[in-house]
Amino acid sequence: MAEEAEKLKLQGPPESWGYFVRGLWEESPVFRQLIGMCPTLAVTAQVKPALTMGAAVIFVLVCSNVVVSLMRQVIPGYQRLMMFTLTIAAFVTIADLLLQALVPDMSEKLGPYVPLIIVNCIIIGRAEACASRTGLWTSFCDGWGQGLGYMLGLVVMATVREVLADGTWAGVTVLPRGFVPWGVMKLPAGAFLTLGILLALSNHFLKKK
Amino acid sequence: MDLVSKLIVILISTTVVNNFVFTKFLGTCPYIGVSRQVGMAFGMGCAVTFVTTLSGIMTWLINVKVLTPINMPYLKYIAFIMVIAAMVQLVEMYLRKFFRSLYDAFGIFLPLITTNCVVLGICLFVDLWQYGFLEATVASFGAGLGFTLAICIMAGIRENLEWADMPKALRGAPITLIIAGLLTLAFMGFMGIIKG
Repeated sequence: MAEEAEKLKLQGPPESWGYFVRGLWEESPVFRQLIGMCPTLAVTAQVKPALTMGAAVIFVLVCSNVVVSLMRQVIPGYQRLMMFTLTIAAFVTIADLLLQALVPDMSEKLGPYVPLIIVNCIIIGRAEACASRTGLWTSFCDGWGQGLGYMLGLVVMATVREVLADGTWAGVTVLPRGFVPWGVMKLPAGAFLTLGILLALSNHFLKKK
Repeated sequence: MDLVSKLIVILISTTVVNNFVFTKFLGTCPYIGVSRQVGMAFGMGCAVTFVTTLSGIMTWLINVKVLTPINMPYLKYIAFIMVIAAMVQLVEMYLRKFFRSLYDAFGIFLPLITTNCVVLGICLFVDLWQYGFLEATVASFGAGLGFTLAICIMAGIRENLEWADMPKALRGAPITLIIAGLLTLAFMGFMGIIKG
């Protein structure tokens, strides 16, 4: 027993650390796995909503990972997706009510995209791929890693779009006054184009090995 | 405006003018994932249309007739997702029995309709817009139809792109997204059809 515990202690931290770091870049949900794209495109017209959305996703992802990891011994295999979805829906409801209470204007701006976190593939994907197989601590770290990676992706997208569309970053003017705003970046088309070009750039410069 | 013309406006609005894929980014994942062949894209579109229409009706009934009277709107999301999961299960069983080849071709993407944002999206938007029963039905059907339209157009373009000589970095998802952006610009031409 003592030996096993020792072994766990030795393996524990590096493994969970690995999960955490992988989420940040190597398996970044936005640029690598290409999942959860609907909010990536929809809420990134400005930086502030993107940050709020990222925070909501981190909250839901960490909580649902922890709960799923705790339940993993109890749920029979064929019922697991149903249980995952219900867990996620419960936490999304909490997150939605919290946002409505704490930042009402942001909550109004995000609108139905907060409840749409329920069907965000990242969260159910992590529940299936990580939390239902590994222990509590690892799933917790994985939730943080993937969540922060997702937030990073959202902020990068939002930065490009807001700077080009308004010349501002999170409301602060960054470009000189003579700058002509690119109106298209604010439109849905701008979101598709930005993500497509960012993906192509990351493929071109980072995938060569 | 009488009811029929109002319904027609809603149908046109959700199908082309406010197309869910192009203006609200819902259903982007299958839009990128299943849009390789027109046949499969069309089958996927039909399945999604079926699920959105049924679950749009069911969630409207549950939301307005059950949850609002007993004053428990906070159970909305959980109820919606359960209805959608049940509907997808229904479609899956039906396809497996009567259209075996289509069922095999879909593979993993069929159960993934549950997590297709179009389906939950239309339920939430109908709730947000405060639609009545008939309007909600038409809007749900229109959203499914719009998704079918979008995914079929994309599949047609991508079939022709197979032989195109493009830079390696653009292949796959990036070019699909850029095409989607251009299509979105094209669909903005419909904006003038209806007001608001």
